[in-house]
Amino acid sequence: MSSHPRSRSSRMLTHLVLIVLAVIVLVPYAWLIVASLKTKEDFFSGMFFPPGDGFLGVAWSSLTLDNYTNLIEKGFGRAAINSVFYASASAIFATFICAATGYALAKSKFRGRTLMTLVVLGSLIVPPTLLIAPSYELLFDLGLLDSVWGLLLPTFAPAFGVFLFRQAVQQSVPDELIEAARIDGCSESGIFMVIVLPLIRPMIGAFLLITFLGMWNNFISPQIVLQTASKQPLSVAIAQLRGVYKTDYGLLMAATVVSVTPVAVLFLVLQKQFISGLTSGAVKG
Amino acid sequence: MSAPGSRRQVIFAWMALLPFLALFAVFMVYPLIQSASLALNQTYGPDTRILVGSKNFELLMKDPVFWKAIRNTLVYTLGSLFIQLPLAFGLALVLNSRRLRGRSIYRLIFFSPQLMGLVFVSVLGALAFEKRAGLVNRSLAWLLQNEKLLEIDWLQAYIMPTLILISLWLYVGFNMIYFLAALQNVPASLLEAAEIDGAGPFNRLRHVILPAVKPVATFVVLLSMIGSLQLFELPYILLQGNGGPNNDGLTIVMYLYQNGFELGDLGYASAVGWALALMLIALALVQIRMVRKEEASA
Repeated sequence: MSSHPRSRSSRMLTHLVLIVLAVIVLVPYAWLIVASLKTKEDFFSGMFFPPGDGFLGVAWSSLTLDNYTNLIEKGFGRAAINSVFYASASAIFATFICAATGYALAKSKFRGRTLMTLVVLGSLIVPPTLLIAPSYELLFDLGLLDSVWGLLLPTFAPAFGVFLFRQAVQQSVPDELIEAARIDGCSESGIFMVIVLPLIRPMIGAFLLITFLGMWNNFISPQIVLQTASKQPLSVAIAQLRGVYKTDYGLLMAATVVSVTPVAVLFLVLQKQFISGLTSGAVKG
Repeated sequence: MSAPGSRRQVIFAWMALLPFLALFAVFMVYPLIQSASLALNQTYGPDTRILVGSKNFELLMKDPVFWKAIRNTLVYTLGSLFIQLPLAFGLALVLNSRRLRGRSIYRLIFFSPQLMGLVFVSVLGALAFEKRAGLVNRSLAWLLQNEKLLEIDWLQAYIMPTLILISLWLYVGFNMIYFLAALQNVPASLLEAAEIDGAGPFNRLRHVILPAVKPVATFVVLLSMIGSLQLFELPYILLQGNGGPNNDGLTIVMYLYQNGFELGDLGYASAVGWALALMLIALALVQIRMVRKEEASA
């Protein structure tokens, strides 16, 4: 961009504005982490660290991990395990099912393919909120309310995944390669597993991450489908914790730290792959 | 499409499609059809239905709480769009400059709230906007040296501004990423030519950058509107399940949830769902038509 500041002072001003905005974004994290280490009594003393006579005028010794141990006593560890399980299961199944479907719609020749593609892509316009009430009734009829399957099965076939994988296959899997493998006597499933899947690896990585995050942060489905407390994931457990211990701020903050840290770390580790996967799908072929 | 493939290929295709098609039929197509018939019924829980025809919709049109929910949702949508998107675009313009130091770290910082996820941001927001204990009031009181500011009751008295502020924190960096990607489409040669021709920053923005960014911007506006109109988790968690005083924080999807799962009337909830779906589809169609018209005139 060439409309950018040339002079020193305007460059300083740009940085000043950016730094102020960055502080607004970052300060809540610092507040969250520090407050999760404070006792109930200390919570109101000092915005961040409790004042005292330690180094930098902070009462370091009054910081504690009690809120975290307290969380485990309240059964929050169970919710963390549930979240990991739900998000992984949903991500793995949805990715494999969507990859297979996207490949078939992109490359296989059979009757009704165009119609099927249109129906699947057309369903993207249906807002998920429209399905909340009838899905609840359906799960009731199937006897899947308060069951893990009732939560997971509907997440295994997202239409937008089919859309992304169909595009990825069209762009990065040449027809000639498939034909050559066929002539060499490779089976159809062999072609999919050995040739197609490695070629669309960036999209597989990106989609695993998208679906994992989507399920980790999903609130309304588990809130509606699951009733037993021991089956709840972090998203619902934390909202319930707030309902019961509204003023136990330290406890709620520790719960938030526990809920978001794994996902943030996962994203930071995988971000390169994530971005390359998404952009490879976004470029027009 | 050329001639159909061999038998083996067709069999494989159907096997690859089967799991998806089965799940899609059961959890997408069937509920979609059911939602239409549910909307014409009154229900008490999931297993009793009384056919009421179009009564649900007639009732809905006269339901002041529903209109309040629409009003709140629109205030949130417009409020967050008009502040959020210009801010996101401005940040993208600044951070697109190659000569800016530390731009990748700024990008990561502005994007980072997205990593927390809406539910957990809602919990953090609820804590940050508490009176007396919350970060927001404490910062205000400290910055302006006024203890009275500790008593501002954001969650009860100013729920709409609170929702918009939290959504800014969460989404500005996210939309900035889209705009940054769009700025890659601005042809550098055109920019240089404009500069040589003596076009100032404003004219370059208006005649070179904006036209190139427009397709992505249209997409971002549509996506943000669709997301905003379906707002649920944030107010639900901030207000602990109810609409707040005078339903000042009630959104359309919260009203759907209350009717379906607290009052047990899945029929009325479906009617609310259809009203919302029609709004969303209308929006999408208007958008598509606008894009078509532009392509035709271009």
